[in-house]
Amino acid sequence: MTDTALAPTRLALVGNPNSGKTALFNALTGSRQKVANYAGVTVERKEGVLTSPSGRVIQVIDLPGTYSLRARSPDEAVTRDAVLGRLAGETPPDVIVCVADATNLRLVLRLALELKQVGRPFVLALNMFDIAQRQGLRIDLEGLSREIGAPIVTTVATRKRGIEELVARAEALADTMPVGENVWHEPSAAEIRHAHAEAQRILKAHVRPPERPDTWTSRIDSVLLHPVGGLLILSAVMFIMFQAVFAWATPVADLIEAGFTWLGGAVATVTPEGLLRSLLVDGLIAGVGSVLVFLPQILTVFFFILLLEDSGYMARAAFLMDRIMGAAGLHGRAFIPLLSSHACAIPGVMAARVIDQKHDRLTTILIAPLMTCSARIPVYTLIIGALIPRTTVWGFLNLQGLVMFGLYAAGILSGLVVATVIRTAFWRSASEPFMMELPTYRWPDPENVARNLMQRGMIFINRAGRIILPLMVLVWVLSTFPYPPQGATGPAIDYSFAGMIGHFIQPLLAPIGFNWQMSIALVPGMAAREVAVAALGTVYAVGNVDGAGQATLASILHTQWSLATGLSFLAWYVFAPQCVATLGVVKRETNGWLWPAVMFGYMFTLAYLASLATYWSAVALGWG
Amino acid sequence: MTLGVTMSEPAILDTLAPPATEAEIINVGLLSAARIGARGVIARVSAFEGALPAAELERRLLELGFVEGATVEVLEEGLFGRDPIAVRLDDMRVAIRRREAAAIQIRFDPKGDA
Repeated sequence: MTDTALAPTRLALVGNPNSGKTALFNALTGSRQKVANYAGVTVERKEGVLTSPSGRVIQVIDLPGTYSLRARSPDEAVTRDAVLGRLAGETPPDVIVCVADATNLRLVLRLALELKQVGRPFVLALNMFDIAQRQGLRIDLEGLSREIGAPIVTTVATRKRGIEELVARAEALADTMPVGENVWHEPSAAEIRHAHAEAQRILKAHVRPPERPDTWTSRIDSVLLHPVGGLLILSAVMFIMFQAVFAWATPVADLIEAGFTWLGGAVATVTPEGLLRSLLVDGLIAGVGSVLVFLPQILTVFFFILLLEDSGYMARAAFLMDRIMGAAGLHGRAFIPLLSSHACAIPGVMAARVIDQKHDRLTTILIAPLMTCSARIPVYTLIIGALIPRTTVWGFLNLQGLVMFGLYAAGILSGLVVATVIRTAFWRSASEPFMMELPTYRWPDPENVARNLMQRGMIFINRAGRIILPLMVLVWVLSTFPYPPQGATGPAIDYSFAGMIGHFIQPLLAPIGFNWQMSIALVPGMAAREVAVAALGTVYAVGNVDGAGQATLASILHTQWSLATGLSFLAWYVFAPQCVATLGVVKRETNGWLWPAVMFGYMFTLAYLASLATYWSAVALGWG
Repeated sequence: MTLGVTMSEPAILDTLAPPATEAEIINVGLLSAARIGARGVIARVSAFEGALPAAELERRLLELGFVEGATVEVLEEGLFGRDPIAVRLDDMRVAIRRREAAAIQIRFDPKGDA
C-alpha cells in the first residue's frame, strides 16, 4: 500500500440533515476548506484538507445531507453519485464517514444499511454523543458495530472530541479494507419497509431508550408553533432581523462607501487628470466599492439565517409560513429569502439556498428582486418628494406615505402573482410536498456560525464579485466614452455611449412618458437603483446631489416632470431589473446566464407594461 | 437484494394485519383528519396519485419514517385550515401537510382525542 502515501486519502461525510455533519467537517478540517460548485449543477461542493498525526494528507468532502441514497433532489443526487463513485470529475472516496445524531438513530441506521450495500469501507460517527450521554441513552457500541459491519466512533464535533480517533479509524480502513462489491440499487417501497424493520430490530437489541429524554423541544414548540403566538413570535424575530440590517449593516455600508469615496478622492489627487484617473477612480475603485458595499447586509442576513438554521428554528418558520407561502405556490422556507430581499435582493437570492427543491428555489430567486430593496428608497423619496403633494387624505393619512406604502405593497403583491403564474403555468407538475423533520432545538455553536458566515462573505466576494466588478466597469465605460467634443455645452454624459443608448431607446420609452434625460439616466442606473438619482443629477447638470443638491434636483423635477411621468417612473422602479449586481448574483447562484436572462426579460416587460398603464391612466385622470 | 429480513417477520405481520375487532375498526382513520392530541400507530401507508406519483410519495413517506408500526401523535396544527401539522413520529418530530398525511392510516389509541 505504498500508493496511499502519494495520493491523499479521501473521506466523504454522509448523513441525515441536522446530524451535525457540517460541524464535524469543520472540526476535521478547521480553516483548510474551500467551497465551489460541482460541475454543471448548483450544488455546493465543500472540501477540506487535514494532515493526520501519522503525517498522511486526508481530503474530506462534506456531502449534502440525505435520508436515503435514493436521490430526490440535485443535492441528494450528488451525495448518491459521490458515494457510488460515479460523480463525473471526482475520485471516488476511499472511506465513507456516516455521520449520525446519536440521539436520533432510527433513520440514520437505515442509511447505514444502504451504505453497507455499496461495499465501500465506512465508519459510523455517533455525533453529539455528549447529549446522548446526558439523556442517559445507552448504546451497545460493539453490538451495533457488528450489526452494521462498520467500526463506530463517538464524537462531539462542537468540542472536537473523538476527532483523532475518527481519523485513525478511517486511515486504518483505507489501508486494510478492500472495496467490496456494490450491490446497492434503488430500494422499492417494500425494501424500505424491510430496512426499517431491520433498523428497528437493531435499535431494540443494542440501544436502550434515554432515561431523561429531551422535553425542552416539545415545550418550546408548544410556544413557537402555537398557531397565533408562533406567528407573532416569528414576526418579532423577522422584525429584529430587519431592524438589524438597517441598524447594523447600513452604517457599515455607508462607512465602506465613504471609505471608497475618500480613497477615490485621494487617488485622484495623485494621478494626472485624464483617462487613467477616471478609470481608477470612477471605474475600478468605485466598482470594487460597489461590490464590498453589499457585504454588511449579506453578513447580517446570513448571521440571522445561520442562527435560525443551527438552532432548529428555520424549520419552524417554514412550518408557520407554509400555508401562506403555499397559496402562491411557494415553499414555507421561501419566506426568509423574500423578507431579506426587502433589504437587498442580493442576500435574498443567496439565502434562497435554504430551499432544497430546485423549482421552489428558482421561483423564489426570480421574484426576490420584486421586493422593495433599500436601494429603491432614494429613488422613491426623490420622486415622491418632488411630485406628490404633502397633503392629508381621509383625515389622517399622509399622501406621500401612502404612495410609499403602495409601492411596497405593489412589490409584494406582484411577487406573489408572478410566483403563482410561474407555478401554475410552467412548473405545475413539479410542486413538491411539504414534509420535513423538525429538528431538536440546540444552541448554535459560535465557531460554526463564524466560520460559515466568513464562507458566505468570501463566496460573495470571490464569485459574485468577479461578475459584478466587470459589469460595473462596463457601465462606467458606457457612461464615460466617448468624451464630449470641444466646446460642448450639454452634460458630458449626453455625448457618451450611455447618452447615445438613452437617445436611441427614447422613442421606445416615450409612450410611457419618459423624456430623454430619464432614458439616459437609466443606463448608468443599471449599476444600482440608487445611482439613477445621481445620474439624473448629472443629466440635469445639478452636480452633487447630496444635501442641497437633492433639493435642487427635486425642484427641477417638480417643474419639468408631469405627475403622470413621475408615477410612471415609480412604476418602472417597482419592476425594472435596474441592478447588475443582482443579475450577477443570480448568475452565480444558478450557475449560468439562463436565469438572469429570464429575470431580465420578464422584469423589463413587466416594468414597461406597468409604466404604460400607470402613465396613460394618470394622463386620463388629467395629471399629464 | 435482501437485508436479512423477510415479510414473515412477526413485527411486520403484526402491523400489516387488518384490525381484528370492531372496536379497532372504529379507531382506524387517516392522519390527515387527526386533531391535536390524537395518537396511535401507523396501520398502513398507501399513497395516492397527486403532485407526485403514488409510488414516489409512498417511498418518501417511508424514508422520513412514516412506516407501519411507527407511533404518531399530532403535536401542533397550523393557523390556516389547521394545516400543516407537526407530529411526533417515534422519537422525532416531523411537519407534513394534511394533503400528504391522507396517505397515512392510523390505528388511533382509544384514549386519544381522535
